[in-house]
Amino acid sequence: MKVQFQTINQILDMGGHGFYVWSAVFVTLTVLIGLIVRPLLQHKTVLNQVSQDLAREKLRKKTAGEGN
Amino acid sequence: MNWVWFYRLGSPLWFYQTTTRWLPWLGLLAFILLTIGLVWGLGFAPQDAKQGNSFRIIYMHVPASFLALAGYFLMATAGAIGLIWKMKLSYMVMKAAAPIGAALTFLALFTGAVWGKPTWGSYWVWDARITSMLILLFLYFGVLALQYAFHNEEASNKASAILALIGTVNIPIIYKSVDWWYTLHQPSTIKLTSAPSMHPDMFQPLLVMILGFYCFYVVALCLFTRVEILRRERKTGWVGDLVGELNGSTEGKRQ
Repeated sequence: MKVQFQTINQILDMGGHGFYVWSAVFVTLTVLIGLIVRPLLQHKTVLNQVSQDLAREKLRKKTAGEGN
Repeated sequence: MNWVWFYRLGSPLWFYQTTTRWLPWLGLLAFILLTIGLVWGLGFAPQDAKQGNSFRIIYMHVPASFLALAGYFLMATAGAIGLIWKMKLSYMVMKAAAPIGAALTFLALFTGAVWGKPTWGSYWVWDARITSMLILLFLYFGVLALQYAFHNEEASNKASAILALIGTVNIPIIYKSVDWWYTLHQPSTIKLTSAPSMHPDMFQPLLVMILGFYCFYVVALCLFTRVEILRRERKTGWVGDLVGELNGSTEGKRQ
């Protein structure tokens, strides 16, 4: 096993195939990161909504209690 | 036979709690495997004698295609279990598998296109393998769309599961397309029944990438399923307790 490229330019160029290889890498990483970040954000949103609902419920019960 | 484990597996709460515990570790493992595989494949694997460096796209193309197919199989199986045993969690897994599968199928098609250009001279050809993969993408879209087609959740789950099951016809067609038809797409590099048609120096990083993609897939599937669990169980006590715990801990930090 040895390093195939010596300079940054060689890595970027990949013997003329740089555009194809690096666009594949870029799109792959974007999709993979998106598949992790999206559910994490949704998870947070749902928890926030539940939290708001609970707070509203608590407030409603409190005001109802004061009314009596 | 003791079926307790089967029912426990169907419990959304049990699934949520268990995945909370081991998801970070599996995520770390996926990250390490993908990093090693990608650096190894892009920088250290030898060049292909015919294709030069464009062959390095294989390290993304093959794992993405593998998981696009395995993910479809999993989605259809989850749909079948939902139909037969009316297991709630099973439908949630089916629903979670659809966007991940669609994204990975897109990835397989995209990396295939940018590999095709330098190798065949064209980004796209209406070849049997590529066309059947495009049909797979549309099947994933169909399952996704059916989720929103009905007001009744039960009906949309059933419709999605039935479409997913019918679509499994396409899976053996994709596998066999390179043997049945004369295609531009090269035959499989990896076969279960024989040694890989690849030099070990090229094959080892590919194996690491495939393992990494499998781990990644499990992590993504669990994350999507957890969102689905929270959405459907939001009115139940344990989700309220969970939110209470989280709020309690942040308030504790503020003080």
